[in-house]
Amino acid sequence: MQHYSGFGLFKHSLSHHENWQRAWRNPTPKKKYDVIIIGGGGHGLATAYYLAKNHNVTNVAVIEKGYLGGGNTARNTTIVRSNYLWDEAAHMYEHAMKLWEGLSQDLNYNVMFSQRGVLNLGHTLQDMRDIERRVNANRLNGIDGEVVDPQTIKEIVPHMDCSDNARYPIMGASWQPRGGVARHDAVAWGFARGADSFGVDLIQQTEVEDLIIEDGTIVGVKTNRYGDIMADRVGSVVAGNSGVVAKMAGFELPLESHPLQAMVSEPIKPILDTVVMSNHVHGYLSQSDKGDLVIGAGIDGWIGYGQRGSFPTVEHTMQAIVEMFPIFSRVRLNRQWGGIVDTCPDACPLITPTPVKNLFFNCGWGTGGFKATPGAGHIFADMLATGEANEMSKPFNMYRFHSGALIDEHGAAGVAH
Amino acid sequence: MFYIYCPHCGEHREEEEFHPKGQAHIVRPLDPDNCTDKEWGEYLYFRKNPRGLHHEMWVHAAGCRKFFNITRDTVTYEIKEVYKIGEQPSVVADS
Repeated sequence: MQHYSGFGLFKHSLSHHENWQRAWRNPTPKKKYDVIIIGGGGHGLATAYYLAKNHNVTNVAVIEKGYLGGGNTARNTTIVRSNYLWDEAAHMYEHAMKLWEGLSQDLNYNVMFSQRGVLNLGHTLQDMRDIERRVNANRLNGIDGEVVDPQTIKEIVPHMDCSDNARYPIMGASWQPRGGVARHDAVAWGFARGADSFGVDLIQQTEVEDLIIEDGTIVGVKTNRYGDIMADRVGSVVAGNSGVVAKMAGFELPLESHPLQAMVSEPIKPILDTVVMSNHVHGYLSQSDKGDLVIGAGIDGWIGYGQRGSFPTVEHTMQAIVEMFPIFSRVRLNRQWGGIVDTCPDACPLITPTPVKNLFFNCGWGTGGFKATPGAGHIFADMLATGEANEMSKPFNMYRFHSGALIDEHGAAGVAH
Repeated sequence: MFYIYCPHCGEHREEEEFHPKGQAHIVRPLDPDNCTDKEWGEYLYFRKNPRGLHHEMWVHAAGCRKFFNITRDTVTYEIKEVYKIGEQPSVVADS
């Protein structure tokens, strides 16, 4: 793999940047692999990367029906944070956060990780009690965070309406300085390039049409382009379509798939250098390096696979943004899009073995999958390498819905799902 | 934006008047005292999540506040039929 550096940039400029090595190969798949990963999004590619790097399992194929990082990874709002309430989730997201902090160096690829801080606003007395509880829980888990008052918020975000005149005046916020944003495409591309350099085969534009299961054990997958490809273990990382893959395997998951919309405004001059989120009026936004406001909010309440949502949700989101930032009321939106998120009843993901032997699922992240990308890949790679759940992934077992040991993170996730 | 027919009001109204309430026709265990944890867990948390036809319950929240069922395609978002609670759907998926 060609190493990226400032010197390399200079060297290639002399040949007009025409001789860069391709970031990854486009191989024809082998007949059999140690591990097949279904889904070439952020989580799938991170899983392949850590399988090769940490576990020395390099006979791996990632099978993607579209193109790499073209699904939900390309459709999220890029926010990274680890301020979750319950220990299990907090540990997992903090694990991801620590990997984020060294990710660009590790991948030799600039994922544009920017720790510009995340504000979660409180607009009611109950919001503030919840925020204090969550910040204290975070600090007990060694995660940075503090409760800030409107005065401090005003200093961090001078353009936000922190006055008493708002319909829902801002009473305070939780502030995680280590949170921030990362460039979602770069994350997928960096992991793809890293995995490829270890010899992982990235098979694009190939759809897994069925699973090959013998005596309750998975032995391979059927694809539309290359026929049967065999494997010792299979990991499904297909976000919104996990229910479809589970149906191929003959079981159901405690999931529902919903459209989640995001939108960007026209580019404007730098005005917001942090991430602002509000549960109560329910909108969140940040400003990209290009200048556009990146805006998101809740899912549509109904099940949908159409990768588009409804206007009432867009309108609701805009109301929230203008409530917080009246100054943006005349900024025009450039684009709006929808991704499909699979949501669990307790708002925590599934990183789990399944009733089918050697078949594993990483799914159910709801609206919060992007921030976990390196951590989820790390944990899931461990599961695929050993065939067992490790300490960190055990709480995210799908059988928690049978035992009642739920990890209800609706409050901390801060979104309506 | 869905344009939904409320069988109680007898009128088409915009989606904003309604709330989706998830899967329809979920049968409560008949003998709850003798259910296993697995049966209870599946009754409470496991839902149909089809890519295609889905029978779901809606409430006319800003209207008559009554519940009814819809058969809808989750890919094309086309509403196939609307029927009252207690009635059976006439459009059913193959599998």
